[in-house]
Amino acid sequence: MWQFFHKLGSPKWFYDIATRLMPWLFWIGVSLFMAGVVWGLAFAPPDYLQGNSYRIIFIHVPSAFLAQSVYIMMAVAAVVTLVWRMKLADVFIKSAAPVGAVLTFLALFTGAVWGKPTWGTWWIWDARLTSMLILLFLYFGAIALGNAISDEKSSARAVAVLVLVGVVNIPIIKYSVEWWNTLHQPATFKLTEKPSMPAEMWVPLLMAVLGLYLLFGWLACLRMQTEILIREGRTRWVKALVQTGGNA
Amino acid sequence: MAFDSFDAFLAMGGHGPYVWACYFVFFALFIVLVIWSRYQRRSAMRGIARRESGAGSPVSEPATADFARVESTKR
Repeated sequence: MWQFFHKLGSPKWFYDIATRLMPWLFWIGVSLFMAGVVWGLAFAPPDYLQGNSYRIIFIHVPSAFLAQSVYIMMAVAAVVTLVWRMKLADVFIKSAAPVGAVLTFLALFTGAVWGKPTWGTWWIWDARLTSMLILLFLYFGAIALGNAISDEKSSARAVAVLVLVGVVNIPIIKYSVEWWNTLHQPATFKLTEKPSMPAEMWVPLLMAVLGLYLLFGWLACLRMQTEILIREGRTRWVKALVQTGGNA
Repeated sequence: MAFDSFDAFLAMGGHGPYVWACYFVFFALFIVLVIWSRYQRRSAMRGIARRESGAGSPVSEPATADFARVESTKR
């Protein structure tokens, strides 16, 4: 177990594993996501209340799901950074933060466009929407802080602390639809119950969520490899890698 | 198929602009993110290659990557 943990901390070991994993993550992710989206767009039945505007759900929910999941993963990596000072955890935080920010923006954007025909407004300052906006600013904060501190070790610790403080926002997002009166509908998927929508709607949605998860994994691997190349540029294995023509 | 024709599919029962705007922005942003990430890795590779071929001064370099931990600055 501990040997595995130490191996996991080795950038070269991670780089090789990521190279082998990435084609699988990419192709399975793209197939699942596109299948889910096409099914949802063209074949799923229209909603009896919202008509066809609900088809935005097939990208809105995956984006929002991932936006929060990525932040939780970053918080776990922040604990690893602070407790075990593992470098790869910091590499993950730096690589994942821009992806998380884009996904949060997409969740907000698709939500706003969906809100217009459904609620009659692009935006209201209710609990779910506001807490998602705070999540976006937390991502921006983590990115900006990481770029502002040039010393690698100080930067790693400062960003990890910021990410950990911000994790308090995640349960607020999650339970905002239950704690406060809000226009936003409650959670689509619950672990304890069957979804309240028919299978022709939730199966493609689940496919899109899982597909986007895998695509995030692929993107995270790619961006972590970049970060490792930059940080380890003077080591022998990176030079050898570059000379043999980059990644295999 | 939930729609009678391709036109009906595009119109989305009057909600077409909303639905398609969402999908367009989603894919546009995601693809830009992917292209940007790939470009970053390629330019990182190129930067290292250029430094290696250009500066031939044999500075003492670590033989292996021993960067598994962020060492504490305090001892």
